[in-house]
Amino acid sequence: MTLADVAIGTTVSVTDIVADEVLKQRLLDMGITDGAKITVRRFAPLGDPVEIVVRGCALVIRKEDATHIKVKQ
Amino acid sequence: MTQAATNLRIALVGNPNSGKTTLFNALTGTHQFVGNWPGVTVEKKEGRLKGHQDHGGSGGSGAGNVTITDLPGIYSLSPYSPEEIVARDYLLNERPDVILNIVDGTNLERNLYLTTQLTELDIPVVVALNRMDVVERDGIVIDTALLAAELGCPVIEISALKQTGLDALTATLLETACVPHTPKPLQLHAPTGTAEDIAAARYAYIDALVDRCVAPAPTDRPSISERIDAIVTNRWLAFPIFAAVIFFIYFISITTVGALLQEWVADGLFGDEWGIPALAAHLLAALGVTTWLESLVVDGIIAGVGAVLEFVPQIFMLFVFLAFLESCGYMARVAFIMDRLFRRFGLSGKSCIPIMIGTGCSVPALMASRTIENESNRRMTVMTTSFMPCSAKLPVIALISGALFGGAWWVAPSAYFVGIAAIICSGIILKKTRLFSGDTTPFIMELPDYHLPTAKAILRSTWERGWSFVKRAGTIILLAAVAIWFGANFGFTEDGFGMVAMSESLLAMLGNALAWIFAPLGWGDWRATVATLTGLVAKENIVSTFGILFNFSEVAEDGVEVWGYVAANFTALSAYSFLVFNLLCAPCFAAIATIRREMSNAKWFWFTIGYQGAFAYAMALCVYQLGTLVSTGRFTLGTVAALALVAGFLYLLTRGTEELTGEHPQHHQHGSDELMRHDRAGDQPADSTTECRFQYENQCHACRHHNLMCPGLYSKGKRTAEDTGDDDGEPDER
Repeated sequence: MTLADVAIGTTVSVTDIVADEVLKQRLLDMGITDGAKITVRRFAPLGDPVEIVVRGCALVIRKEDATHIKVKQ
Repeated sequence: MTQAATNLRIALVGNPNSGKTTLFNALTGTHQFVGNWPGVTVEKKEGRLKGHQDHGGSGGSGAGNVTITDLPGIYSLSPYSPEEIVARDYLLNERPDVILNIVDGTNLERNLYLTTQLTELDIPVVVALNRMDVVERDGIVIDTALLAAELGCPVIEISALKQTGLDALTATLLETACVPHTPKPLQLHAPTGTAEDIAAARYAYIDALVDRCVAPAPTDRPSISERIDAIVTNRWLAFPIFAAVIFFIYFISITTVGALLQEWVADGLFGDEWGIPALAAHLLAALGVTTWLESLVVDGIIAGVGAVLEFVPQIFMLFVFLAFLESCGYMARVAFIMDRLFRRFGLSGKSCIPIMIGTGCSVPALMASRTIENESNRRMTVMTTSFMPCSAKLPVIALISGALFGGAWWVAPSAYFVGIAAIICSGIILKKTRLFSGDTTPFIMELPDYHLPTAKAILRSTWERGWSFVKRAGTIILLAAVAIWFGANFGFTEDGFGMVAMSESLLAMLGNALAWIFAPLGWGDWRATVATLTGLVAKENIVSTFGILFNFSEVAEDGVEVWGYVAANFTALSAYSFLVFNLLCAPCFAAIATIRREMSNAKWFWFTIGYQGAFAYAMALCVYQLGTLVSTGRFTLGTVAALALVAGFLYLLTRGTEELTGEHPQHHQHGSDELMRHDRAGDQPADSTTECRFQYENQCHACRHHNLMCPGLYSKGKRTAEDTGDDDGEPDER
């Protein structure tokens, strides 16, 4: 399962990031590391991007980028 | 060390939205210098520390300057965005005396990530723990002493907004800078390995640290920001609220209050009866200066610059609202809700702000594009924003609509439609070119907590932006106005070169010489050409130029006097083609100068101006030629050209994206450049006395020994000596 498939209000934990160097480093820097807890808070009115909460901080990420983040419940 | 008497350099580093600008302003007051970092459009701000003379101990005679450099807001030292590169380059190459790291106390985990990287740079670090007022209000307790001991650097509690703790911070900064820096014992924040391992280890270290130092708030109820967001980014309410906000801003700053002030400036300050032009004319007449000099000052300089300064009230009002939206946190929400829509056109969610403001004036609109982080989205925004009909284009629309369409209701809305269509089509076309397809910066944005900005902060931001506009009006626009005035008033007569009527002037000659270019657009008339040229000073000049060329000394704003003449010289089609061209071609000098500044790159600037001109020409040609084909059935060479343009246009709109031909995207190149520099920094003799604190000791010795890259901080793996052969020491020219 990837972060893009997670329903609103669900908290998941990161298992892997499958992305190119730039995106991966950016995600890691923002605290999306293996084992980090991510809560999906809401989708934008047009369905994309998605607002998530990582380490107490609200982030906005596009679904396209979210598909690179593998997660488990 | 005797550094206190010499110049001290402090680098202010922190996450975006951590209150960095507020702290910078609080520490430096009005002693600031704003510029751009070389080669990039990242703003460079430096300032003098307030009240530092009290310290230094040299009897007040020669206390050195303490310069604070406000580095761009960054989340890490990875070399992937222009901001990060600027910050890294500065820290690694310039080696400031102290790093002042501002940390948001309400979001320690993410903020301390950067701190762990900074403390490994072998530069003294002072941590300013900001937002302590909020931390205390929320009932969170932070053991600052323990945090300081664990991080190995002073930690000072402050509130930049409430201006508390700043004296202690200043004292600590100076103290830290004066005490010889002794390398602290090696701190292991990260093991070697892949980027994942290193980041995970850093965060694990921070998690443990925060666990020990912070007692969380007793209850965990939804924050105010969460509750506001539930409404403001709501599926059904988000767009209506956004529309209302934009309408409100537009209503206040452009139409009502702004228009009132503009009118006052235009008719009062630059009015004909009692304003500056009249006073200057009287004064010059009293001094007995020659006619041409009076004309230069009154008709050239004052009229030209005045035409631009008229918009200053509107611009300042817009900036007030913009600053408020930005600093309260709403702008990030706008990007969130609009991103999906604008992404399709190579723009960002934040591009809608410049485009909306562009309906008032392109200059503040272009400046507002600075808030867009993604370089490619920002460039695209700068290229397309001036397509929106600004308020100076309204008189031109009124002229054409009144003279040839009987004031038809649809002309003005169609101008906006043309502008929006131009933005969308340009976005789709340009996005597919190689120029824009290379940028892969992911869109990951923080939604900062809402907070009420102070009036002082808003006024400060408004003033900074507004003043830079006024300064430009005083330079490039002044020159342009003088050049146009000269062209319009001088020419060759039987008696030689001298002042002539506009119809015999150099500008008219130029108009005649260039008119053929516009013949395919249906208006190969020299007067229309001259009007287009004078429109470059300010678009509403088009109307007054028609007035002069049709021998009216004075025309109303919509040029009602010349309607008959314009109608006689244009057809409905050629007039609309004229309108389309003037709406889309290069904007006025003020906006052109702003584009130059925002692009901060000559190639991109000329590409923008060239693209706008070509696009405007193509659109006007299609309007006229295809319109002629439909209305009269005449099929000419021009029709063929127009049909070919339409075909080409459709191809560009529907084709696939151009792939990059190079092996690597740009970022990778930056990456390796940065690595080289780091490697050099590590090899400097000055560092030889200190333990390597980048990484495990033995690992790093191995790195040095083999001239390999130390993998700890930059997580790039090992590199060979050939890769790090760059030894010129110059910043690379990007």
